[in-house]
Amino acid sequence: MINKNKIKIKANGKLLSIENNCSIKILLKKLKIPFKMVAIELNGKIIDKNKVGSIKLKEKDKLEIVHFIGGG
Amino acid sequence: MKDKLLINKKNYNSRLIVGTGKYKNFLECAKAIKISGAQIVTVAVRRVNIMDKNKPLLMDYLDPKKITYLPNTAGCFNSEEALRTLRLAREIGGWKLVKLEVLGDKKNLYPDMIETLRSTEILTKEGFKVMVYCNDDPLMAKRLENVGAVAIMPLASPIGSGLGILNDINIKIIRKQTKLPLIIDAGLGDATDASKAMQLGCDGVLVNTAIAKAKKPFLMAEAMRLAVISGRKSFLSGRIKKNFIGSASSPKKGII
Repeated sequence: MINKNKIKIKANGKLLSIENNCSIKILLKKLKIPFKMVAIELNGKIIDKNKVGSIKLKEKDKLEIVHFIGGG
Repeated sequence: MKDKLLINKKNYNSRLIVGTGKYKNFLECAKAIKISGAQIVTVAVRRVNIMDKNKPLLMDYLDPKKITYLPNTAGCFNSEEALRTLRLAREIGGWKLVKLEVLGDKKNLYPDMIETLRSTEILTKEGFKVMVYCNDDPLMAKRLENVGAVAIMPLASPIGSGLGILNDINIKIIRKQTKLPLIIDAGLGDATDASKAMQLGCDGVLVNTAIAKAKKPFLMAEAMRLAVISGRKSFLSGRIKKNFIGSASSPKKGII
């Protein structure tokens, strides 16, 4: 049975089932990702971090969330 | 004597830049960097592990307010990947000073200079200040300068190889032709290599593997710090000319 309140998105290559109408900001909060330390790409386009609260995720959206790690 | 490393209008006391990869953990990395005295560290941009929320973060160990983060495009093999990575890096927190590294060969990690040149030009037009990893090729170094690079970073030898400087003549030629900061990036194996780079007139060196993979990383971090200072002072002091005949240090007058 399809749950109309849930949508499926891909975040960092992983399939996630999330609430319909969920904003990027709420998703980051749920995933406990510190918003200030990351950059976000939605369907190949970089998102202005000031707007994450107003951007609602849709079915099949592809999200990339990146941060700094150790590197040469 | 005030002798500082000037990059993009900012002065740094240390001429040693250290990479943050390949350490056992962030604690070891942070301690080695502190000992090295480095004020600039390179960092990579990668996916957040969304499944492991308790994974430690680099920023918890190295405060970007206290040390300059230099986002790097390590692992990018074409211009598109490199541009995407640095645009994301800028979005993380406004980083404009970046290190561009576009690799062309998976085995020896030599840079793809056609893609590197193209990327430097685009990034500069977008307002980035680009420090560029490149071959030890004076002609390409000049071209990078012409399209707006803020620092030239020729390799000593392949990344992580520890082979040291393979072509010191080319490094000297690049030194003579540019007033931009010249920083040896990649391939240095020990303190002697770092000191040699500085004695060739380079403005700084970037070291990662040589410290992180030394048997005693903290001791090597200290050795690198001293080597860079020593090499720089030696360069500035004006060494004697090499001679094929001996020259006694003691006067002949008064010999008994």
